[in-house]
Amino acid sequence: MPKDQNVAALNLDDYKYGFKDPDSYVFKSEKGLSRQIVEQISEMKEEPDWMRKFRLKGLEIYESKPVPKWGADLSGLNMDEIYFYVKPSEGEGRTWDEVPEDIKRTFDRLGIPEAEQKSLSGVGAQYESEMVYHRIKDDLAAQGVIFDSIEDGLKKHPDLFKRYFATVIPPHDNKYAALNSAVWSGGSFIYVPPGVEVDIPLQAYFRVNSENLGQFERTLIIADEGSKLHYIEGCTAPTYSTDSFHSGVIEIIVNRGANVRYTTIQNWSNNMYNLVTQRARVEEDARMAWLDGNLGSKITMKYPSCYLMGRGASGEIMSIAYAGPGQHQDAGGKMVHAAPHTTSEIISKSISKGAGRSTYRGLVQVQKGAHNASSNVECDALLLDENARTDTYPYIEIDENDASIGHEATVSKIGDEQLFYLMQRGLADDEARTMVVRGFIEPISKHLPLEYAVELNRLVELEMEGSVG
Amino acid sequence: MTGKKELLVIEDLHAAVEGNEILRGVDLTIHEGELHALMGPNGSGKSTLAKIVAGHPAYAVTKGSIRYRGEDLLGLEVDERARKGLFLAFQYPSEIPGVTIAQFLRHAKSARTGEDISVLDFYDDLKVAMQKLDVDEKFAERFVNDGFSGGEKKRNEILQMAMLKPNLALLDETDSGLDIDALKIVSDGVNTLHREREHLGVLIITHYQRILNYIQPDFVHVMVDGKIVRSGDRELATHLETEGYESMRGQLTAAGS
Repeated sequence: MPKDQNVAALNLDDYKYGFKDPDSYVFKSEKGLSRQIVEQISEMKEEPDWMRKFRLKGLEIYESKPVPKWGADLSGLNMDEIYFYVKPSEGEGRTWDEVPEDIKRTFDRLGIPEAEQKSLSGVGAQYESEMVYHRIKDDLAAQGVIFDSIEDGLKKHPDLFKRYFATVIPPHDNKYAALNSAVWSGGSFIYVPPGVEVDIPLQAYFRVNSENLGQFERTLIIADEGSKLHYIEGCTAPTYSTDSFHSGVIEIIVNRGANVRYTTIQNWSNNMYNLVTQRARVEEDARMAWLDGNLGSKITMKYPSCYLMGRGASGEIMSIAYAGPGQHQDAGGKMVHAAPHTTSEIISKSISKGAGRSTYRGLVQVQKGAHNASSNVECDALLLDENARTDTYPYIEIDENDASIGHEATVSKIGDEQLFYLMQRGLADDEARTMVVRGFIEPISKHLPLEYAVELNRLVELEMEGSVG
Repeated sequence: MTGKKELLVIEDLHAAVEGNEILRGVDLTIHEGELHALMGPNGSGKSTLAKIVAGHPAYAVTKGSIRYRGEDLLGLEVDERARKGLFLAFQYPSEIPGVTIAQFLRHAKSARTGEDISVLDFYDDLKVAMQKLDVDEKFAERFVNDGFSGGEKKRNEILQMAMLKPNLALLDETDSGLDIDALKIVSDGVNTLHREREHLGVLIITHYQRILNYIQPDFVHVMVDGKIVRSGDRELATHLETEGYESMRGQLTAAGS
C-alpha cells in the first residue's frame, strides 16, 4: 500500500467535543484587556482590596513583559480579539438542578454528572469564566476536606487562602502567570487536612463555549501533612475558525509527607492557545506526581514543575503529547532540587502526525546544598509520518557533584517490519498502528485510573481511526 | 496424493526487491495436511518466498501466480491473507513494547475469527496453549517480544500459531538460534498442532537438517538461486547433510545447460 494513503487514512481531525451551544451569559466584558476590565472583574467578585491591588499589579507586570520568543509561535494570538471575562450565570450550583438548563445539558453531553456518580469524590465544573457547579461527597466534607471554587475559597477561608495564594507562582514568574494574576476567574480551591486521604479522585472540568473567549482559571491546592489527593482536570471547547485562549495557573502545596497526584487530560479544540503554568512546592518526604496529557489545542506551552524544597521530597512528571496537523505541543517539565536526598523522574512521550510538531522542553536543576539528589529523564518521540516533527530541549543545571542524573531520549517511527508483523496476525493497517501507539504510551496510561485510561486509549483510537483501502 | 485438496499452489513465481530478481520461477504445491521442508543455502530465496506468500510489501511479484485454497493470493493484503488462515512464523519477530502478548493475541484472534471472543474464553485457550508449549503463565503479560531471548521469541511464534489455528503455516527458520531443548519444545508444538488440525499444511524453511529429526516432513525441496532444484522425500534431507548444497548448484547448472 502506498505510504501517503496510509497517512491519509490516519485522519485525526474527528473531534467529538466540537459541538457548541448558543451563547448564554449574564455579563460579558468588552473585547481586549484594560485596567477597567480588571477592576470590573474584581468588583463583580466583591473582592477584598488586597486582591484588587494584586490584580492590578499583575496587569502591570503582564504589560511590562515581552511575548516569549523561546517556545511555540505565539504571533497569531491577538489579545485585542479576546473576551477576558464572561459570566455565564448567577451563582454556583451545589446540585446539577441548580445549574442553568442549557449549561447543564453541555456537561451531560460530556458525561460529567455520570462520571461523578460512578467514579469521583467530587466535581467542579467551569463554563466560560466561572465555576457553575461544585460538589464534594459528604463524608469528605465531614472530614474537613474543602473543595470550592477559588472565589468561594477566598470568601470563606480568607486566612488560609491568603497564606498560600501566589506563593508558588508569583505574578512576575512569567508573562502569562502575570496575565492570569490580573484576570483570573474560576478554578478550584482545595484543602485536605492532615492525615486525610482522598482516595477517589476529585475532578474539575473546564468548558469554553463562546468564540474568542479567554479562560483564566486559577487553582490552589493545599495538601496538609500526611494527606493524600488525586485531582483530575479535563478540558474541551467547540471548534471555531477564530482562536480562543486558555491560560490557567495551578499552584499546589504538598506539605510534609503528603502525596498529591494531578492528572490533566487536555483535549481542547484545535483553535485554542493553551498557555498554562502549573507548579508544586513539595516539602519533606512529600510526593508530587503530574500526569499531563496534551491531546488538543492549537498551541500548548506547559511545563508542570516540582520544587522539591524538603529533604526526601520526590517529584514525578509523566507527559503525553499528541500533535496532529496544525498543532504544536511544546511541553515537558521542570524539577528543581532544593534539598538533600530529593528524587525526581520525568517521562515524556510524544506522538506527531502530519505537519504536527511536538517539543520536549525540560529542566532539571540541582541547587547548592541539595546533596545526593537523583533525577531521571526519559523522552521518547514517535513520528507517524515523514512530515511530522519533534524537538528536544533538555536543560540540566547541577550545583552539587554528588547528584545522580540520567537522561535518555529516543525518536522512533512505526517500522515497516513492525507493521508487517502485526498485519500478518490479521490486524488491519490502522488497527496495527493504533496498537503500536497504545504500546508507546503504555508506560504513562497505566498510571491513569481505569476510566481515564480507557478514555485516553479511545481518544488515541479516534485520532488514529480511518478506513483503509 | 489424489483426493487431498490443494492448499497452496505456486506457479512460475518470479519476484524482485529493489530491482534485483530473487525468485526465478518457483513451482511448489502443498496439499492439505502435508508437511513440506524447504531447504537451501543462505541467500537462495527461501525466506523471501515465505514473505511473498504472506504479502510483504517490499517485494514485487514480476511473474507467476500464488493460489491459496483456490483463490488468487496476490490480490489480497497482508492482513486479509492472515485472516484467511495463513500464518508466518517469523525468523526475526518484531518487538511491540507496551503491548502484552495477551492483548495482542486477543486482537489477532478476534481479527482471525471475525468475532469478539470473551475475555474468559480467550484466557482459557491461552492457558492451555501455554501449558502445551511449556511456557510460564506470566509470559502472557510480557510485552510482545520485548527483551525476549531468541528461544522465547520462537516459542512466542509457535504459541501464536497454536492460538490462531491457521490452515497453512510457514515456519521461517524457526530452528535457528534454538538450543536442543527449545528445539524439541518448538517441534513438539508444531507436531501437536499438526496432529490436532489434520488439514493444516506446513512449510518449514530451514538451512539445517537438524529440525527434521524432530519434525518429519512428507516432502523436502531444495532451493538454490531462486529456484527449486530438487524435490523428494525426507531422504533428500539426509543426502544433503552429507553432500552439501554445492552438489545441487552443480545440478542446477547442468539442468540449465
